[in-house]
Amino acid sequence: MKHLLSTQDLTKADAVQILDTAEEMAAVSDREVKKLPALRGRTVVNLFFEDSTRTRISFEAAAKRLSADVINFAAKGSSVSKGESLKDTAQTLAAMGADAVVIRHWASGAPVRLATSGWIDAAVVNAGDGTHEHPTQALLDAFTMRRNWARINGTASAGTDLAGMKVAIVGDILHSRVARSNLWLLRTLGAEVTMVAPPTLLPVGIADWPCTVSYDLDETLAKGPDAVMMLRVQGERMNAAYFPSTREYSRLWGFDDRRLAALDEHGLDGTIIMHPGPMNRGLEISSAAADSPRSTVLQQVRNGVSVRMAALYLLLSGGFRSNAGTALPDIRPTAAPVPTKETAS
Amino acid sequence: MSTTGSYLIKGARIAGGDAADLLVENGFISAAGTSLSAAGATVVDADGLIALPGLVDLHTHLREPGREDAETVETGTRAAALGGFTAVHAMANSSPVADTAGVVEQVHTLGRQAGWAEVRPVGAVTVGLAGERLAELGAMADSRAGVRVFSDDGMCVWDPVLMRRALEYVKAFDGVIAQHAQEPRLTEGAQMNEGAVSAVLGMTGWPAVAEESIIARDVLLAQHVDSRLHICHVSTAGSVEIIRWAKQRGIKVTAEVTPHHLWLTDELVRSYDPVFKVNPPLRTNDDVLALRAGLADGTIDVIGTDHAPHPSEAKECEWAQAAMGMTGLETALSVLQHTMVDTGLIGWSDVARITSARPARIGRLAHQGQPLAAGSAANITLVDPAARWTVDPAAMATKGRNSPFAGRELPGRVVATFFKGHPTVLEGTLNSPLPAEAE
Ligand SMILES: [Zn+2]
Repeated sequence: MKHLLSTQDLTKADAVQILDTAEEMAAVSDREVKKLPALRGRTVVNLFFEDSTRTRISFEAAAKRLSADVINFAAKGSSVSKGESLKDTAQTLAAMGADAVVIRHWASGAPVRLATSGWIDAAVVNAGDGTHEHPTQALLDAFTMRRNWARINGTASAGTDLAGMKVAIVGDILHSRVARSNLWLLRTLGAEVTMVAPPTLLPVGIADWPCTVSYDLDETLAKGPDAVMMLRVQGERMNAAYFPSTREYSRLWGFDDRRLAALDEHGLDGTIIMHPGPMNRGLEISSAAADSPRSTVLQQVRNGVSVRMAALYLLLSGGFRSNAGTALPDIRPTAAPVPTKETAS
Repeated sequence: MSTTGSYLIKGARIAGGDAADLLVENGFISAAGTSLSAAGATVVDADGLIALPGLVDLHTHLREPGREDAETVETGTRAAALGGFTAVHAMANSSPVADTAGVVEQVHTLGRQAGWAEVRPVGAVTVGLAGERLAELGAMADSRAGVRVFSDDGMCVWDPVLMRRALEYVKAFDGVIAQHAQEPRLTEGAQMNEGAVSAVLGMTGWPAVAEESIIARDVLLAQHVDSRLHICHVSTAGSVEIIRWAKQRGIKVTAEVTPHHLWLTDELVRSYDPVFKVNPPLRTNDDVLALRAGLADGTIDVIGTDHAPHPSEAKECEWAQAAMGMTGLETALSVLQHTMVDTGLIGWSDVARITSARPARIGRLAHQGQPLAAGSAANITLVDPAARWTVDPAAMATKGRNSPFAGRELPGRVVATFFKGHPTVLEGTLNSPLPAEAE
């Protein structure tokens, strides 16, 4: 695997390897010296065509903890104003010797284009493209779910998958790159997925997706999901008539205090509430839900750095086991846990 | 008309039928039959070749005036000649828009000066393609360009009242409105066909209903005011059904399909390569099959290339930023052979009808689309159906490098094109244009 563009291309073995490597990286992050020499001398470019401070600093922290040189490149240009072309930007980065390009773009498919155009030879990491995919978000979500799932089942998290887990993804599925990336990855890891949304915020064509579709959040919660992922809903969608009002949206599809109480009533002690951030408190999630012990919002942020370290490390070291014959360079300057078992798949 | 030399085409299968000789003199076919001979005529050995009436394209973007970086009348008609075309309709979305007699006459003159094919300007329906008020349809019809086909192609004549008036008005000079059927509100920001693939790719969909609802409205309008309506680039199975229904009721509607919609599907968009970005978008395999069936049973009348060259920078970018459109003149006949003839859906006489006779009739072109018989204008295309070639956009005459067929091996090759008796193409390569003084 040379690029990380979509969770659709990830095999189960590769996905589990990223999650296991992220566990090792998390151990590094817990140490006093949070730095590894693994990518010393390598250059990682954060190429952002769309503002996202959270994602950029997460990738930046990940690359720096691996001792890579980091260049932040905020590219001008949007769907309305055209700046320098992607081609020229890519060739510029190639000339600077970029080893990896972490690209965030408002246009679906831009990372695929960058990886396949021949403009640059670097590893391409999709940091969110339009309404297509956001694979590292899905990986950090899976990492968070796996830790919680392992805790409930009383097992170690490394080497495991999400078989048997029930996940509900709630909100603007139509425009969500997080929902798409999560669906493919969760299915690969063996979880069952229910998409919950108003019918206007589900794509035409969802019938082909390997998930259950529901318009009813309460009914979905009554079925006992192990994780409920709330998606950010943009108020502007109201103006395009996707729903009548934010108040109605919140009442029907928001995770409010009533639904938080319902989880307790249903006896769902282990169910976690997730959100990729940034949250619209009071719209898709109430403050009580966001701040409750069930909420994994901050765990997700923390895990994001570990997962991105794992992805960058594996891509740049050629360390995926699926890349036959490449030796894994040592990422452990000091003693750290070694993954001992490999998941069969 | 002065002489452009005489040619004796020997042994061509006329529209795929029996082999015959054609004697071309003074711009006309002076004799057709077996064992013809003519002293002084240049003999063209057409053994194994099929002779078709010169192809007529109802839908060509020549880009001049205004976007000469994308195409000129000269380069576009060279491409037309190589593709076997002897007439093309230049769409009105140039800059300035072809919405006045002055602009259509300019394009017409450029075509005559180039001499590679007959260039028939299409007039805009509305001023500036803005969809607000009618362009000077009568002045364009009466101009030296003699416009008969009017279209806001690229934009839909969305206002139903304006569409009704346009349909009515062009009856005064036997014109036709060629509609680019696209409901604008349903296609805001649309990037590709809306369906299973767009759902996965996260791209704003262009639903079939946006095309079908406009076609349904317009065939009813055409019926109501008893006017001629032509539907550009039909792309969905539902559109074929509506047009079939309308024709059964005697509504004067004709329809066109592009070569790319007869073959390619939205699965290709998974590559995010903008060479596959086109409007209307590539649809599903079911749509492709319905379009082929509609073309075979006569529901769809003609092939229109929607040849849409773009400079490379318009495609070397993100999908969402890329221009819509594909080149098509130099691949049209081969794609038609591959999708329709080699599949057994139609024969070569049908090819002659849908690429020449019908489009010439819709455009009211007096000297195109005639049967290959004595007395007809000598617009003739010779095709080698057994040839195979690999598409290389860099080797094309069009300035556009945006062929969706790049790298594919296609059947059939245009060997020669005679335009008004003059060979614009011989041995598969450009020969020379019709001398301007010959008109
Ligand atoms: Zn059009």
